[in-house]
Amino acid sequence: FVGVGGGNDFQWCFSQVKGAIDEDVAEADIISTVEFNYSGELLATGDKGGRVVIFQREQESKNRPHSRGEYNVYSTFQSHEPEFDYLKSLEIEEKINKIRWLPQQNAAHSLLSTNDKTIKLWKISQRDKRAEGYNLKDEDGRLRDPFRITSLRVPVLLPMDRMVEASPRRIFANAHTYHINSISVNSDHETYLSADDLRVNLWHLEITDRSFNIVDIKPANMEELTEVITAAECHPHQCNVFVYSSSKGTIRLCDMRAAALCDRQSKFFEEPEDPSSRSFFSEIISSISDVKFSHSGRYMMTRDYLSVKVWDLNMENRPVETYQVHEYLRSKLCSLYENDCIFDKFECCWNGADSAIMTGSYNNFFRMFDRNTRRDVTLEASRENSKPRAILKARKVSTGGKRKKDEISVDSLDFNKKILHTAWHPKENVIAVAATNNLYIFQDKIN
Amino acid sequence: MFPKGTKRKFSDSREEPVAGGEDVNQSSLAAVRMLSSYSLQRQSLLDMSLIKLQLCHMLVEPNLCRSVLIANTVRQIQEEMTQDGTWQIMTQALSAANAAAQCSADRLVATEVLCRQTEAAQGEQVPKPFPVVGSEGCPAEEVLEEEEEAAAAEVGMTMSTVSPQAPTSYLPGTFGMDPCWEEEETGEDDDDDDEEEEEDSEECGSGSEGEERERDSLVEDTRTAEQVFGTFEIKNPAPSPDPALEELFSDVDASYYDLDTVLTGMQSVPKMGPYDLLESLSSHGPSPLSSSTSCRSDLNELDHIMEIIVGS
Repeated sequence: FVGVGGGNDFQWCFSQVKGAIDEDVAEADIISTVEFNYSGELLATGDKGGRVVIFQREQESKNRPHSRGEYNVYSTFQSHEPEFDYLKSLEIEEKINKIRWLPQQNAAHSLLSTNDKTIKLWKISQRDKRAEGYNLKDEDGRLRDPFRITSLRVPVLLPMDRMVEASPRRIFANAHTYHINSISVNSDHETYLSADDLRVNLWHLEITDRSFNIVDIKPANMEELTEVITAAECHPHQCNVFVYSSSKGTIRLCDMRAAALCDRQSKFFEEPEDPSSRSFFSEIISSISDVKFSHSGRYMMTRDYLSVKVWDLNMENRPVETYQVHEYLRSKLCSLYENDCIFDKFECCWNGADSAIMTGSYNNFFRMFDRNTRRDVTLEASRENSKPRAILKARKVSTGGKRKKDEISVDSLDFNKKILHTAWHPKENVIAVAATNNLYIFQDKIN
Repeated sequence: MFPKGTKRKFSDSREEPVAGGEDVNQSSLAAVRMLSSYSLQRQSLLDMSLIKLQLCHMLVEPNLCRSVLIANTVRQIQEEMTQDGTWQIMTQALSAANAAAQCSADRLVATEVLCRQTEAAQGEQVPKPFPVVGSEGCPAEEVLEEEEEAAAAEVGMTMSTVSPQAPTSYLPGTFGMDPCWEEEETGEDDDDDDEEEEEDSEECGSGSEGEERERDSLVEDTRTAEQVFGTFEIKNPAPSPDPALEELFSDVDASYYDLDTVLTGMQSVPKMGPYDLLESLSSHGPSPLSSSTSCRSDLNELDHIMEIIVGS
């Protein structure tokens, strides 16, 4: 999947880019989350302005075999509005932190979207037919006088312009004192979890007025707080299992059958620290920004500041694979601490087959790692490489003294161009990469 | 943006190989130089961290994860410095500098921010974790100002007579809120009821402005009294460090989240209090941006403490 060379090797091509081209990016347009639905037909993005945009893949047409289904806007709606907490005199941002799709149960699509405090269940339904020929009312809706009706007819369904409607069906509010960082739909399709800095709650999708607190790491004395929850996810198959990661680089796997309050983990994953690389920044860079189970449910992947690690759920003392994302930044940690980049939360994702993983970096670079061949590649999401079906060229950051042609030096990297959110189609080699306010879609080359 | 090569990188300098190695004296000299550069960098990292903790975003709740990580870094540095004895030397030097600085208000700006951190940190604590205490966050500056203005309109003459400068108009008020809210706090319990409170407050907050008006009037009442108190403060220079206070700090173990201690520290030892800063601002004319920033952050601190008490 990550082959770079020519010939039969796999290559990535540019497919589409969504978003404005302006140099001046409005804060509200910055994409804050990207997620494919279960079939890959729909691609949702959330932004800092609280909006959700859903793209739908067009059916592949025989007329244009070269353009695999393109993603076009399906629905746009305002999910969250800015709020004001009067008691604390603080604003509650409308930024969408996460979107998670629900499995499709009928013609409509449903997703959960969340900001710092409130989770909402949105139902997106479309109408492309309307009924005509009612007996009791006119075409314009006025009721007909029943005495005037002399014959009965069967209404017929006629096509109409497709109308897509998004409506909030549930609002799950007031359950989080701290900022929500994760939501995850359970495999039972009935419950989901939401996690903030100190607590994890379990909800039933139908019930909005209460949730169960299943993890609480808030110390009795806030003075003793040294660790926070950074991410949480439900196991893809075992509805009683979930994991949550911490700012100290640990992952706890919990079994909800063991106790109502899962404060004692079933498994504790932590890699022992390498004493030779210890610095004042060790803890910060070990903080896990994202955790994702593999589709198989056998592995999980964690992202910390400099690396991605794959863990076997049966082995707690160290990861089975470690991939360096941008090791050249290790010597720049002080500067990255100063400009706060060291706190950037990068996400990571698996491909459908669990054979490759992808994560973002700076300068609009993103990295992909093939778990089987152990090959990796650095690609760039930029307007320059935006010709249709243009093959993405591998990028390289020069670490040593001599900078080869086409390489870019570490000091030239643009740290404002960060790729924090990426998503991989669940079945095909189609990826979505969010670069600030632009959404890039890349596909594999069709030979 | 990424600073280009002007700053010495922390780990870069650590990786510098010891020069030469031919002469024992030379190598030990280089080692000493390297050590002192390490100390300098460690110190600058500490200062940077303390400033980061202090300058929280005013409108939105600061990121708890970031605050916790920074606070842990600070604690780590302090521990290391305590171990190699640098900590004691530094705090002694700073307290001496502090005493000297009282006479010359010009140096307030530079020393103010750091001094107050390290002063309180003598007892191995840093009084800056307000963002870390989490849900309480930092109060909105703008909102505060609005409230002040609203109340100011009513309090009117009193405010303008006591504090002629615009910046001070909200200062004494916020400080004044402390004793008032503190009484409420003693009755209050702990964090178990957080979520319930949260729910109630959400309901109340969205429902009524009555609550807001109540709050404003409370502010109003205390403000008048505190205006006078505030003026009084300005007239009398702050006393030298209280040994009893230091003792109070000393047996607190890295608990820079201890609000009571911090609050006590604020009230009884307002060494370089916000009032002093304003005094300097008014007497020395246009001040550098940093002083007004630290001034603002000071009063936001105080306000923030108050918010925390209310919140808890």
